[in-house]
Amino acid sequence: MSLSLDIRHRFPGFALDVALDTPGPGVLALFGPSGSGKTTTVNAVAGLIRPDEGRVSVNGETLFDSHARVWVPPRRRRVGYVFQEARLFPHLTVHDNLLYGWRRAGRPFDRAGIDHVVALLGLGALLDRRPRTLSGGERQRVSIGRALLTAPRVLLLDEPLTALDGPRKDEILHYLERLRDETRIPIVLVSHSIDEVTRLADWMAVFNEGRLAAFGSVFDITARIDLFPMTGRFEAGVVLAATVAGHDRAHALTRLSFDGGELVVPGLDAPVGAVMRVRLRARDIMLALDPPERISANNVIAATIVEMRVDPGAFVEVLLQAGESRLIARITRYSMDRLGLEPGRQVHAILKTVTVERRSLAAGGEAQDL
Amino acid sequence: MLTPAEVEALLLSLRISVVAVGCALPLAVLAAYGLARLDFPGKTLLDGIVHLPLVLPPVVMGYLLLVTFGTRGPVGSWLLDTLGIRFVFSWTGAALAAGIITFPFQVRAIRLALGAIDAKLEVAAETLGAGWFDRFWTITLPLALPGVIAGAITAFAASLGEFGAIITFVSNIPGETRTIPLAIYTAIQTPGGEADAARLAALAIALALAGLVLSELAARRVARLHG
Repeated sequence: MSLSLDIRHRFPGFALDVALDTPGPGVLALFGPSGSGKTTTVNAVAGLIRPDEGRVSVNGETLFDSHARVWVPPRRRRVGYVFQEARLFPHLTVHDNLLYGWRRAGRPFDRAGIDHVVALLGLGALLDRRPRTLSGGERQRVSIGRALLTAPRVLLLDEPLTALDGPRKDEILHYLERLRDETRIPIVLVSHSIDEVTRLADWMAVFNEGRLAAFGSVFDITARIDLFPMTGRFEAGVVLAATVAGHDRAHALTRLSFDGGELVVPGLDAPVGAVMRVRLRARDIMLALDPPERISANNVIAATIVEMRVDPGAFVEVLLQAGESRLIARITRYSMDRLGLEPGRQVHAILKTVTVERRSLAAGGEAQDL
Repeated sequence: MLTPAEVEALLLSLRISVVAVGCALPLAVLAAYGLARLDFPGKTLLDGIVHLPLVLPPVVMGYLLLVTFGTRGPVGSWLLDTLGIRFVFSWTGAALAAGIITFPFQVRAIRLALGAIDAKLEVAAETLGAGWFDRFWTITLPLALPGVIAGAITAFAASLGEFGAIITFVSNIPGETRTIPLAIYTAIQTPGGEADAARLAALAIALALAGLVLSELAARRVARLHG
């Protein structure tokens, strides 16, 4: 897709100033804490707010331009907007909710097209029900289907998982992954969960106080230790693209190979050769100067220290290079001093297999450039 | 059971109320929407005017109507000269009076219902391609339907009972403007008419009860429909 934004807007006590151009197709995540301007940006794309100044274009079509005095009203923008709280129409059945936008998009009747979306989101059994009788996850699926059926230029997902509990989150994430892989509709995902972003997104825009702190591929952004204050230290970690190298069925393990080494992770249901994403949290990686022997951890990766960033508190973020890949470890300042760690030193990064959770693994590697 | 004159009064009451509520309903929806959703200069004034009949003595309302819509009044003479429409001493005048008197009942109920609707649903409809009237017609109005029905039934019941404004504006003409309340009044004024008055009063009570039951049933049905 190409989404091109350059907007400035003032609210009382808050100013938004954001410019970005997506370099290629894929899922763009707007990431950052609440109140950092993510939803306002998406609303500007949808036309729900009119920025004081700037320009918005999707796939080369200008939807707003304050200088050229272009303003396409929201109802003509054909953006599929999925709101945090689903916003289904309570007096209509699921079927009529799904077709609300379709009927207004001037599309010819296409049973197969409707059936495809119904099947993609698993809505077949819900069509005659009313929103009141649906679970939170089901509502959100209907809401996604309703947006999809307008044949949108772009799908805008505003924190679609925030209102859901754990199992429902996984359910919707699963459907969103299918959506990403099976349709060609560009997606903008607003999220403050690094988990969701690393599972779904190809591009990542980090928002902070109404401005863009960083923009790039998920792999590049998660490997930047200078962004940790904004992306959240606790969950921070790199995302690696890795290939399934083999399975150890007897121990229920899978071996992944990446440029820089191999990883043993809990058993995956993916064929050999499949490209996966793995998120390795910085706090799960420890460092050793000598290759450890007789140790339970399965992953020992030789790496070189590239850069270190000392936090105000007890911790240090250590950026490591292993082959073409980057890893980040969080250790204490005390450990750093004890081992005499500094940029250029050879170390061994140690990772316990059990710290790699199922939700840290996802299908899909790097987005293909056009 | 009822004398022909009483049947006439009953049918006339029903006709006047149906026309009064039916004609006022679209305007009530419009006024309620404006008061619930829009911000415009003079909103407080409009709010006051809409609710005035609620606090004004009906006789004063009837007097104002007579002054305005009488054959020598500014609006009344124009209507008579150009369109040949006359409100005074006519059942349509009774409907006009009843419609204005019961207008606040409709506006209040509809406004409450509109206020309870999540405006975000309309934003969602807008992103799905619906224009203003489309959103109003397919989302806002259906969701406000319980309030619209409740308001219409309350107004209908109140309209059946309107006395002061009707007798002041269009007088008490049998077969033309003598509704049930006016018939009861007439019976009481007539020596030996107590039995007639009692029967008519029972009829009025039955009508009021039927209205309440109907309102409740409609509200339940709509609630089920809206899940």
